[in-house]
Amino acid sequence: MTDASIQTQPETGEATFGDYVALLKPRVMSLVVFTAAVGLLAAPGTVHPFIAFFAVLCIAIGGGASGALNMWYDADIDRVMKRTANRPIPSGRVGADEALAVGLTLSGFAVVMLGLASNWVAAGLLAFTIFFYAVVYTMWLKRWTPQNIVIGGAAGAFPPMIGWAVATGGVSIESVLMFALTFMWTPPHFWALALFMNSDYEKAGVPMLTVTHGRRVTRRHILAYTVLLAVLAIGAAFTSIGGPIYLTVAVILNAMFLFGAWKIWRRDEEMAAADGYRREKRFFALSLLYLFLHFGAILAEAALRPWGLGGW
Amino acid sequence: MAFRKPHELHNRRWSRNLGLGVVLAIFVALIFGLTIVKVTQNPIQLAPQAGEGY
Repeated sequence: MTDASIQTQPETGEATFGDYVALLKPRVMSLVVFTAAVGLLAAPGTVHPFIAFFAVLCIAIGGGASGALNMWYDADIDRVMKRTANRPIPSGRVGADEALAVGLTLSGFAVVMLGLASNWVAAGLLAFTIFFYAVVYTMWLKRWTPQNIVIGGAAGAFPPMIGWAVATGGVSIESVLMFALTFMWTPPHFWALALFMNSDYEKAGVPMLTVTHGRRVTRRHILAYTVLLAVLAIGAAFTSIGGPIYLTVAVILNAMFLFGAWKIWRRDEEMAAADGYRREKRFFALSLLYLFLHFGAILAEAALRPWGLGGW
Repeated sequence: MAFRKPHELHNRRWSRNLGLGVVLAIFVALIFGLTIVKVTQNPIQLAPQAGEGY
């Protein structure tokens, strides 16, 4: 073989290191890191700080790996949607087979390293999370049912449970509550996004609720799920992960969230189009703050407990 | 001996190679740290040798 056979001409949009990082969906990873860290720190028992750091890193890498697998499988959809057309695979910077290799390698790495560093219950939960997101949600639910994000939301809700399992070696009612909080939060969060991104999903043929049942039904669903979420979020204040700080945060945020959902429910498409979906966009932004502050409050309760201040 | 001018191909792949190198260095440091913590937390118990303890 001679040098003449080596490709030396620049390919259009050749991948940089940042493109491989983008495969891991860093923004989703930041949510995974935060909720997993809260689950770990709020759990009873002590974990060596280095092992805690290492475990959260493994959970983040596992979450990122499932993101790469999602991008590999969804490249055809991503190519069509404006929001995702510039992702590394549809833009041609990273090959689909490369993304698959990155996803599978990092998945195996994250699960095995988490098992070795902490325990195999946590590693098993991480493996199930990756499977759930990459196979159950991405390959099955997403293209099949308008309930895709309701059930698929479970994948994003597992990290605090994994964090809890790192510290305790098991699952308990508190970790299930943290799971439920994220699980119930996901539908209103994504449906608000779908309301102002509807044309994207329609073009790609993804059966989002807005596409299959229309926006009126979606607005009704947002309100219904927000009511259920508020009951759950405020109810959690009276369990061992809650306390006065959490209760205060939950009452204020759920009042704001319910008000936002009620406003969305009362609007029709004409009103929404007239102001460029301002209410829906504001509700979506509030939903990010909502989850961050709820988990922040759980963390604050746990952090103050040694001084007799956190919890009831 | 003069260094050869880097090929344009190498320039293009510099960020990837550097990134991978940094990731591997961090990985080695993490495994080293993990080993130290594990060994410190659970000290290795050597089996008593024959004739010991009299």
